[in-house]
Amino acid sequence: MTALISHKGWTWGFRSTILLYFFVLIVLPICGVYVQSFSAGWNVFAESLSDPIAWKAVLLTLKLGLTAAMINVVIGTMVAWVLIKYRFPGRTFLNSLVDLPFALPTAVGGLMILLLLGPGSWIGTAAEAAGLQIVFHQPAIVIAMVFVTFPFVIRAVQPLLEELEVSQEEAAYTMGASKARTFFQVILPSMLPGIISGGMLAFSRALAEFGAVVLVAGNIPGRTLVASVFIYGEVESDNPVGAAAVSVVLLTLSFTVLWLMNRVQQRGRRA
Amino acid sequence: MRRLWIGLTYAVFLILLIAPLSKIITSAFSGGLAGLGRALGRPEAMHALMMTGAIVVIVTLLNTLFGIMMALYLVRATWLGGKIKSLLNSIVDLPYAVSPVIGGLMIVLLLGPDSIIGGFLEGTGFRVVYAFPGMIIATLFVTFPLMVREVMPVLQEIGNDQEQAASTLGAYSWLTFRKVTWPMIRWAVVYGMVLTIARSLGEFGAVLVVSGNIMNRTQTATTLVYQDVENFNVAAASGVALVLAVFSAGLLLIMEWIKKRKEVH
Amino acid sequence: MHIQVRNLDKHFGSFHAVKDVSFDIEKGHLIGLLGPSGGGKTSILRMLAGLESPDSGEIAFHGQVVNDIPPQERGIGFVFQNYALFKHMTVFDNIAFGLKVKKAPKSKIKERVMELVELTGLKGFEKRYPHQLSGGQRQRVAFARALAPEPQLLLLDEPFAAIDAKIRQELRSWLRELIERVGITSIFVTHDQDEAIEVADEIMIINQGRVEQKGTPWDIYKEPKTPFVATFIGESTMVEEASVLKGFDGAGSRGQARALIRPEYIELGHEQDFPILSATEEGIVRHLHFRGSEWLVEVEVKGRKLVTYRSLEKDTLQPGQEIRVLIHRAYLFNEEDSWIEENRLKVDPMPVMI
Repeated sequence: MTALISHKGWTWGFRSTILLYFFVLIVLPICGVYVQSFSAGWNVFAESLSDPIAWKAVLLTLKLGLTAAMINVVIGTMVAWVLIKYRFPGRTFLNSLVDLPFALPTAVGGLMILLLLGPGSWIGTAAEAAGLQIVFHQPAIVIAMVFVTFPFVIRAVQPLLEELEVSQEEAAYTMGASKARTFFQVILPSMLPGIISGGMLAFSRALAEFGAVVLVAGNIPGRTLVASVFIYGEVESDNPVGAAAVSVVLLTLSFTVLWLMNRVQQRGRRA
Repeated sequence: MRRLWIGLTYAVFLILLIAPLSKIITSAFSGGLAGLGRALGRPEAMHALMMTGAIVVIVTLLNTLFGIMMALYLVRATWLGGKIKSLLNSIVDLPYAVSPVIGGLMIVLLLGPDSIIGGFLEGTGFRVVYAFPGMIIATLFVTFPLMVREVMPVLQEIGNDQEQAASTLGAYSWLTFRKVTWPMIRWAVVYGMVLTIARSLGEFGAVLVVSGNIMNRTQTATTLVYQDVENFNVAAASGVALVLAVFSAGLLLIMEWIKKRKEVH
Repeated sequence: MHIQVRNLDKHFGSFHAVKDVSFDIEKGHLIGLLGPSGGGKTSILRMLAGLESPDSGEIAFHGQVVNDIPPQERGIGFVFQNYALFKHMTVFDNIAFGLKVKKAPKSKIKERVMELVELTGLKGFEKRYPHQLSGGQRQRVAFARALAPEPQLLLLDEPFAAIDAKIRQELRSWLRELIERVGITSIFVTHDQDEAIEVADEIMIINQGRVEQKGTPWDIYKEPKTPFVATFIGESTMVEEASVLKGFDGAGSRGQARALIRPEYIELGHEQDFPILSATEEGIVRHLHFRGSEWLVEVEVKGRKLVTYRSLEKDTLQPGQEIRVLIHRAYLFNEEDSWIEENRLKVDPMPVMI
């Protein structure tokens, strides 16, 4: 490839086109948001954020995103384990199905949940009779987030489990370790980098989720209004500075999570 | 023990994936086949599906081309310093972390009627935001990492030994790429394309913000679903959603098929 | 630990991996299971460890049948071919694992681990992770980890397979010394005959699921019991019809036989070097290979190629040179039987006198 790149003539044009495309498409917009949110000065930025509707939306997003990520850590680890370690009818089918939330438009995902749990459906009616409110309330938001981020933990843990040699488990057995002990001291630590990085990815995706959430959330400020929906509302009501301020907070959070995740992955690779 | 775990796994899939999926099918057919036909036959639905199709084609072509080049540069380029490369490398992932709504907002801020560039373009009669170009840009932004991230690991894995071997045998760059590099990254590229198609087909947040969701003008399939739900026209929404879901399921099947092909290689 | 194995049998699906294997191993001995890959050596080792269960047959430690005892309670140490070190644990934690399982007191653990670290020459590496070690060091950690809980039996599966040739040599003698010092009954699996001969007190040759022969390396080399053992151990050339060779024409008494001739069975020389010239064959030197401390000579006798060694002290041969070849003995075998036969003419000369 060195040959391809160092080939004369086209080279310079190619390089600058690609880099320009990259900067205009990715770097410039991201910088734009940061610039815009501080364009009217620090005070306006702080003011936008001190609006209780804004910071409550951010806090709510954090809380629900964390809940969804935790749920996915638990069920994702279990599903990854079962899909790798056991052979049973339907295994390949389930394994393909894992990616469905990636392939499916998030708005469709949201609609599915709305239809399944909404007021007209029998689950919705039953829940209402039992005094539980799901759709347009926090549980529905969590469910939507769990749905959308379902594949992350599974896909992060599976390769690690596949790589794990059976002989490590056997070595533990020959030294007298019980099955439970072997699981917690040998197998789980090997899965841990995947669980953590998958969980972080799921968390950052849950923070960012819009399509599925906007359809099932009630969007009541402070209770069921998440950050992404709040931003959309601000854009619609022609307040881009307010939208940009919350965006900056959300973006910074996501970037931090992404950065942490890279650190975890690098550590995992070394070990 | 084993039974319990397998049973639980089935339960998770059933509740989280299979039940919602079947629900959308029954809902789409709640008015019978005729009802589904009516929902899809609406002029705005036809237009929205056309819009989505156009976006998918343009975005996939552009990002495939630029994605492959970017991956090549990030892995092989000697003219980029190591530090710059790793910086660019981490920037590639940023769209993953950016909420689609924020992605849309960025474009509105940068190119909207109130911005400098947007105002200038408006003067020349070229609208970006609340028009087709803006929607393309928004989708390009969101799908950019997919191709790069599929192709890069393959390039890293195969190393440049074979390419160097080709150049010692007298092959020039384009020939080397066509005969040596391309056959090895081919399936990764196809996989990246399928991912890009799936993502641009389903993109909602960014497009919603940028397009303004104007019926028969800038409405895509996903934003139409949203509007139908907001108008309490759930049956019609399900019809369009079903079309999207069927496409996604098809893409999923293709993804599985490619994964098997890749393993064979 | 005294080990008895009786009529062990194991199938993997339709593959008959271990066929009716019986043997005894005395306490403190170091045994090598030697044979080609896929011959069932590793299966036997894993059944001893309890990692596989036999279809039939008995395994007894100290006279007590252990078939139903899980690996956790057999009191064995197992060194895996790929070491199977715990990647997320330091060297110290790896070695300490078995002791922690046994709930040994902390001070005891530390003492024992440091003792083993010292013994295996890993001092200063306790805090490293497996990926920070070389292949040989990982191997040592694997030994130390297996030895830490003071097992009664040490099982090693191809312990040197993944190590560079040069370090392998060092590790072999190191392992031998270590096991002698610890005095533990040990069984190791290998497909490398040099390794088995060098390290083991006793070798069991395993082929196609059966024990072909058990004995000291010298016994096996000197008196192979089956054609497989004869061809597998040591260098040799095969002559299809033994009776064409001078001095072995009487082999016919037991029927047609094939001859297997080791290099050291053959002596080369000039006519005046042999008191009984009639026992020798006429040969032509075909190739000479310098082997550092001696010559490897390929010599053609009656259209058949034989291989032997020749001291550097003797006069140097030339390719194409005519020479006398004395075959002292040969390992003969046919469908029914196998035996070692001395050159009849050499022992009992029949001088042609008129």
